[in-house]
Amino acid sequence: MLYYVELIIMNKDGVRDPEGETIQRYVVNRFTSEILETRAGKYLLFKVNANNQQEAENLVRKLAEEMRLYNPIVHKIEVKVIRSENGSN
Amino acid sequence: MKTAVIKFPGTTCEVDVYKALLEAKVDAEIVKFKDFDPDKYEAVVLPGGFSFGDYLRAGSIAASTETMKKVKEMASEGKVVIGICNGFQILVESGLLEGALLPNLNLRFISKWVYIKVVRDDTVLTRGLDKKILRMPIAHAEGRYYHEDVEKAKSLAVFLYSDEFGNVSEKANPNGSLLNIAGIANEEGNVVGMMPHPERASFKLTSPTEETDGLLLFRGLSK
Repeated sequence: MLYYVELIIMNKDGVRDPEGETIQRYVVNRFTSEILETRAGKYLLFKVNANNQQEAENLVRKLAEEMRLYNPIVHKIEVKVIRSENGSN
Repeated sequence: MKTAVIKFPGTTCEVDVYKALLEAKVDAEIVKFKDFDPDKYEAVVLPGGFSFGDYLRAGSIAASTETMKKVKEMASEGKVVIGICNGFQILVESGLLEGALLPNLNLRFISKWVYIKVVRDDTVLTRGLDKKILRMPIAHAEGRYYHEDVEKAKSLAVFLYSDEFGNVSEKANPNGSLLNIAGIANEEGNVVGMMPHPERASFKLTSPTEETDGLLLFRGLSK
């Protein structure tokens, strides 16, 4: 099976995110006062060959950790399988 | 010290560093990253630039190359490792130095001459240095030093952004670095990383004041 797995890399909560702050101040605040905070991050999408969803997610998480796709000192990550398709299609 | 100046794809400052090292009477040569043989050298300089296009994060892809494994071995043997600008980013990304370098707080690429105050004299670059306030340029987009442990960061710091009198203030901090940190070293002092460019402050002709403070640092490699 093929799985589409997304990896989102964000600054940890205590680490300032000037990109998000700028978007908040100059765009969001001009539009609404109901959105209180904006955080920006980096998005990667992987097409993964795996036997099941859990395996696909674990592989991407392992990749992110061992190959340092994120820097654990300043970043946190989210790994999510968003859809799958039969590999033979 | 026989010194290798390593060129990754996208490194841009290797010739400037090489010329400055020669000016400081250091035996140096430029080496392509794949041709690097650590046994031939006592010291290595990772110059500035945009290694591997700065994709993902500045320095992160160079950090995962075989070349950096060799550099790590050199460091653990007590040999000298210097990272300037992108080289400093590679050193933190590869774990050779602690902490991280984040995008500047104002999100701009900052290119200007700054003053830095020397706060450690037990590193290969600053040992025996009489002058404590140096002037040299910075040129980077990701230079905001960060460390989870502020006390630890304080003990590692070698260079702090300051004014011309050595006052370390928020006003003198160009990029939002923790404690105004411009450069750090490991505890042993043989691995040093710094955002400012000493090689661009090594020749009278290209210095606004004709001072060549960068050479003072590079002379640490000629001993």
